[in-house]
Amino acid sequence: MFYRESGDFKKTYRDDSQTFPIKFDRRRYYVVMAIAFLVLPWFITDYIANAVMIPFLVWAIAALGLNILVGYCGQLSLGTGGFMAVGAYATYKLMTSFPGMDMFSVVLLSGFVTAFVGMIFGLPSLRIKGFYLAVATLAAQFFLVWLLNKVPWFYNYSASGQITAPERSMFGIIITGPYASPVTGYLFCLILAIGLAWVARNLTRGRLGRSWMAIRDMDIAAEIIGVNPLMAKLSAFAVSSFFVGVAGSLFFSVYLGAAEVTEAFSINVSFAVLFMVIIGGLGSIFGSFVGAAFMVLMPVLLKNILVGGLGWPTDLAAHLEFIIVGALIVIFLIVEPHGLAQMARVLKEKLRLWPFPH
Amino acid sequence: MKIKQLATVALTTLAVSAPVAADLVFPSLSYRTGPYANGGAPLADGYADYFTLLNQRDGGIGGVMASVPECETGYNTAKGVECYESTKGDGALVYMPLSTGMTYQLIPKVTADDIPLVTTGYGRTSAANGRVFSHVFNFPANYWTGASRIINSIMEEAGGDISGKNIALVYHNSGYGKEPIPTLKALAEKHNFNLTLIPVDHPGQEQKSQWLQIRRERPDNIIMYGWGVMNQVALQEAANIRYPMDQMYGIWWSVTENDKLEGMGSHGYKGATFHNVGSNYPIFSDIQKYVTDAGLAAGDGSNVGSVMYNRGLYAAMLAAEAAKTAQNMFGVKDVTSGQMRDAFEVLDMSAEVMAAAGMPNFGPAFQVSCANHGGPGLAAIQQWDGNTQEWKLIGDFEAPDMEVIAPLIKADSEAYAKENNITPRDC
Repeated sequence: MFYRESGDFKKTYRDDSQTFPIKFDRRRYYVVMAIAFLVLPWFITDYIANAVMIPFLVWAIAALGLNILVGYCGQLSLGTGGFMAVGAYATYKLMTSFPGMDMFSVVLLSGFVTAFVGMIFGLPSLRIKGFYLAVATLAAQFFLVWLLNKVPWFYNYSASGQITAPERSMFGIIITGPYASPVTGYLFCLILAIGLAWVARNLTRGRLGRSWMAIRDMDIAAEIIGVNPLMAKLSAFAVSSFFVGVAGSLFFSVYLGAAEVTEAFSINVSFAVLFMVIIGGLGSIFGSFVGAAFMVLMPVLLKNILVGGLGWPTDLAAHLEFIIVGALIVIFLIVEPHGLAQMARVLKEKLRLWPFPH
Repeated sequence: MKIKQLATVALTTLAVSAPVAADLVFPSLSYRTGPYANGGAPLADGYADYFTLLNQRDGGIGGVMASVPECETGYNTAKGVECYESTKGDGALVYMPLSTGMTYQLIPKVTADDIPLVTTGYGRTSAANGRVFSHVFNFPANYWTGASRIINSIMEEAGGDISGKNIALVYHNSGYGKEPIPTLKALAEKHNFNLTLIPVDHPGQEQKSQWLQIRRERPDNIIMYGWGVMNQVALQEAANIRYPMDQMYGIWWSVTENDKLEGMGSHGYKGATFHNVGSNYPIFSDIQKYVTDAGLAAGDGSNVGSVMYNRGLYAAMLAAEAAKTAQNMFGVKDVTSGQMRDAFEVLDMSAEVMAAAGMPNFGPAFQVSCANHGGPGLAAIQQWDGNTQEWKLIGDFEAPDMEVIAPLIKADSEAYAKENNITPRDC
């Protein structure tokens, strides 16, 4: 009924290897794109844009980045918060040092700065593996936050160590700062999120992505068949950190507007992103989006139902939120250890056969 | 699954659009959960109870009922943004975020949305310069005036000369804790004392190494800028190394009922404050009658009269007086946030106004002006009495060393203005 694949023949290699080979998936993708770009900007309120969609897109980019490292290359990292902080502070320094620079360049350059820092912290991954690597990246988390808090140059010697995003624009449209329209912020994040997801998708099914997956599945075997572990691991760290840096940059400049490194980029951020990846599904682009949606939208939705809808006390609602989200995570992981993406995959397989299962 | 996401968004829209029906809206961004809840809950209770009292006793402010929609932030800045966005559409008149981190975030936003932001005793100190920060008010005192007041008190005890003394600043390693450092550095230069900086990371459970350093260096005085659980741990560590309590000073966020030790453990511990302590004011009998006995108290009602509760009450009183001022200034009952801002700028918190509100001498008398959004920065010193288990005010509300602070405020606010392309207003 949903999937009618008869008659949908692939006549070229290009057709056969496209991202969405099934017509129904492809159409659904175009519909979602059309809604996101053409319909939503007209209808979303400031609240939905600022408090729901922008954080969702930002966290999705961060989850994509970590998914490349953990899901595709198998290198466990707990340094996401620190790398996001690098992206945010790079953005701040670029914005204040070069006031004329457009936001797009600022965000991408911040990504490159983070990629460089990520590569440096990725070096130990050549010698240490698994849980030990997690500890090494945990050191990155604490070191980076400490460094950005300690050296006043990073926050332009302000009294409190807070960084505030000044107003910056692109093509005359204000992107950051208080006068930026929430819809602009949403579209800016959307373009970056979709663009980066497209890059990630194509990287992961190309030579580079295959070398990552080979390293993930068995690094010794991969080395024997000619995959260079140095190149594979460091490129995974670089690409992952680039994504995470872009997320940190947007998190600071478009979403929060001001940040304090110890609070905004603490170890909790690293865990949150890791949860997004695990709940969404390791090694899945779609999973990064679903995981971010789950972790970002669920608390907001619960809060609005419990406090806004039912009128419960805020503290009770806040505690219930923890309990419900925590319980849902456990339930999801028991029902489907491979994440929400796997659930979607199973559902799709069922629907393709339906109504004639074997 | 994408469709599911969209459905979630749609459902959120529905859930959000339930309006709060009231006339004067004072959103309360509270934190009753998380590591700082023991301070946040009484603050939010005091803030809410004052408006409940006005509604019950006087029928609102100038005949218009006040409502206090609460939003839980957990002292988390990202949640704070969500709370701000979700409440500002309901006609919010003033924001008091009760968190320095959130204040930094809201400063540009409220300026764009034309809503006043009032940070009593926290937030960005240089916001006292009203020329640059048009929508931010940090009267009656701020972190820099507090630091100066503490140094003055130390000087008084030492007979006016503290040159060569060692003073340690034990601070919450965040925007809040770092605020006083420039002032203390400038004061150290002026009075020739040595300043040691000892940061404690959030949330402050683990302070062994810091107190080892203090034990080794034995500073003559300790100034503490702590919050939440950090305070109790610090006091316990100080008692463990037998540090004399009367040489320890806390800023006003470190001297609450929670920040004490059993029995005489922390007897003599001092701290700065910008409002009075205790429940010996006419307003408390009204709160008992109209709020607590009527079963309308916010939270569990157990915090009435505590230091943090009084602070919430005081902040609410300032907001309510500003609303009254705005009603008189513009001759309308339903004031807007822009009118509230104008009212805050001419707010005259005289002794008579405070007495009329049932809180005589509760805080210092002060007047706000267009150029000075910080008031005179008067602060007093309170001391913990282990015998009676309560805080007592020792000495009067006194002025800080503005000679040192004024240039610092000027420099910091001008740096902000330059970074953000703000042309200072003429006034």
